[in-house]
Amino acid sequence: MRVLLVEDDAVLLNGLQVGLGMAGLTVEAVSNCADAKLALETSAFDAVVLDLMLPDGSGLDILETLRQRQSKVPVLLLTARDSVPDRIAGLDAGADDYLGKPFDLDEVAARLRALTRRAGGHATATLHWRDIVLDPASMNVTRAGEPVRLSRREFSILRALIDRPGQILSRSQLEERLYGWQEEIESNAIEVHIHNLRAKLGPGVVETVRGVGYRIAEASS
Amino acid sequence: MKSIRGRLFMILMITTGVVWMSAIAWIYFSTKAEVERVLDARLTEAARMVSSLITSQEIDTRKAGSPPATITVPHVAYDRQLSCQIWGFDGTLVGRSESAPGQPLTDRKSGFSETSIGGETWRVYAVENPELGIRVLVGDNLRVRDRLVTDVIRGLALPALLILPVLAGLIWLSVRRGLAPLNAMARTLATRRASDLSALPHSDSPSEIKPVIRSLNGLFARVSAAREHERDFTAFAAHELRTPIAGLKTQAQIALGSSDENIRENALRQIVVGVDRTARLVRQLTDLTNAENGEFGHDEGHVDVGAALRELADDIRQQHRNAAPVSISAELAQLKLGVNPSLFMVGARNLLENAILHSPPDKPMRCCLRRGEGDLAVVIEDCGPGIPEDELPKVCDRFFRGRNQTSMGSGLGLAIAELASARMGAVLHLENRAEGGLRAELRFAQAATDQRRVMSTDGDQN
Repeated sequence: MRVLLVEDDAVLLNGLQVGLGMAGLTVEAVSNCADAKLALETSAFDAVVLDLMLPDGSGLDILETLRQRQSKVPVLLLTARDSVPDRIAGLDAGADDYLGKPFDLDEVAARLRALTRRAGGHATATLHWRDIVLDPASMNVTRAGEPVRLSRREFSILRALIDRPGQILSRSQLEERLYGWQEEIESNAIEVHIHNLRAKLGPGVVETVRGVGYRIAEASS
Repeated sequence: MKSIRGRLFMILMITTGVVWMSAIAWIYFSTKAEVERVLDARLTEAARMVSSLITSQEIDTRKAGSPPATITVPHVAYDRQLSCQIWGFDGTLVGRSESAPGQPLTDRKSGFSETSIGGETWRVYAVENPELGIRVLVGDNLRVRDRLVTDVIRGLALPALLILPVLAGLIWLSVRRGLAPLNAMARTLATRRASDLSALPHSDSPSEIKPVIRSLNGLFARVSAAREHERDFTAFAAHELRTPIAGLKTQAQIALGSSDENIRENALRQIVVGVDRTARLVRQLTDLTNAENGEFGHDEGHVDVGAALRELADDIRQQHRNAAPVSISAELAQLKLGVNPSLFMVGARNLLENAILHSPPDKPMRCCLRRGEGDLAVVIEDCGPGIPEDELPKVCDRFFRGRNQTSMGSGLGLAIAELASARMGAVLHLENRAEGGLRAELRFAQAATDQRRVMSTDGDQN
């Protein structure tokens, strides 16, 4: 899951980037409005974590631009101003959730999971595909009740595929979801992770669509 | 005496008393004079009457020796005021009235005189009748005269003494009633809650209290504005502290939750940075409040600019080990300024800190002196990114953080520098240098600094 983080305090930015990364999220971090708008125009994100007070403007401007473009990406506002009128203004401007500083790192992660779950049309906290159950909060996967131990990257790939069964994700799409901008990606990293996934889950789960990418079959078929 | 009511009461009572006393004294003397005049006239009249009676032979002076028939009338207060003696020129007592003493009432041949006989003072009028060779003396006992005057005064003073307590009561009540608006105002103020700083109504209050109420309302307005300002500032400060605290908490949670040594170490390092930043923010908030409330005092000490800047630079570079070096020009190092040292240190510290935090470690910062037309400026130049032109008018606003902020930036440094400059009568001027970086100037009016310098070098003559 790929999240855009907009925050101007360097210590907090670093903390959220590392902390949400530990929770299995891929975090792109920017620290001003201009960079945030550029990132939102050029890349796809599953969620946006937005600070309201930024050096070159208000986070609400970013939110407004985003909603004007008909983007449905869930937005979580993080701000030191958390009085009721501030919350109302934020939510009415198109935010999906609101957290006052200081907050709990785990709560930010949980709210982001809930937001993306809702955005994906799910209500339950766990994702199901045939006999595979995937729990984004604990990063646990079971097949027919038996736990399957996956690495963070493998889990992210499986999650991306199970989110929309039948839909093909290209290698670059998967890379984008797995790695931040600054991270070095080895050219065959995705292939290695897919290979490991297949070994752990058994055959017939992850399909290769030659020349296009990867998918898992629709649950009903 | 502290109570206005008591004071008014005393003043009114004393003045009334004094007026009464002087009135009584005046009546006493005028009554006495009048009584004397009337009684003297009566004496004269009586003496002449007796003399003329004798002349018309109605009294036979030859029947002298036998005392006149006594008429016994009960003694009333003013009975027998007059005593009469008729003496022959040869010194024989021809006749006398009942109350008259045996010896002559006076030695004077004629006219008024006073004599003391047997402890009593007499006022006597003598008239001579040379035809018959007799002298008529008519006298008044002064004791009687005095009693007359005393009785008049007593008749006036007694009712006054009786009325005095009544008058005191009336004055007391009137004073209390007169001061009622003050009491009403005191009650209104006493029942007010501390948070209520609304103006007191003064449309229907007496004109004497209106100035007090107007001043109070003015004070209320000022206190209210100051409190508003403080509330805003506290809210701002609390709000500004929440972000670094959120950062600290997040990093602490990472340090606690991660088993990866690198991640933990990084988180702890970030915590140190965060704590430094928060500590600086707190110090700046204190500086700002102090500068604003005049805590640094207004005394015009003098500052050895070179030593002050050197000390500040060393102190800041202690905390930022790989910061750029600071050079101070020789001319500036010798400058002494007659300004408040604390304010100068606070202002200069924030400007230096800004310069050091923004400068690349290998590019030195320069502090120098610029003498202009009528002014003199302490200049601090850095080789940092400068301030975007559109942000220049706003950088001195509190909590304004521009695009080129550092991780240590709080948005308060320049606001403090500007406030401190204004407090010591200087102007803070910021501009981007053509060759890159920011130039901050603390401009002092030349005339003022020259005068001050003379004063300080001459050994503080004032």
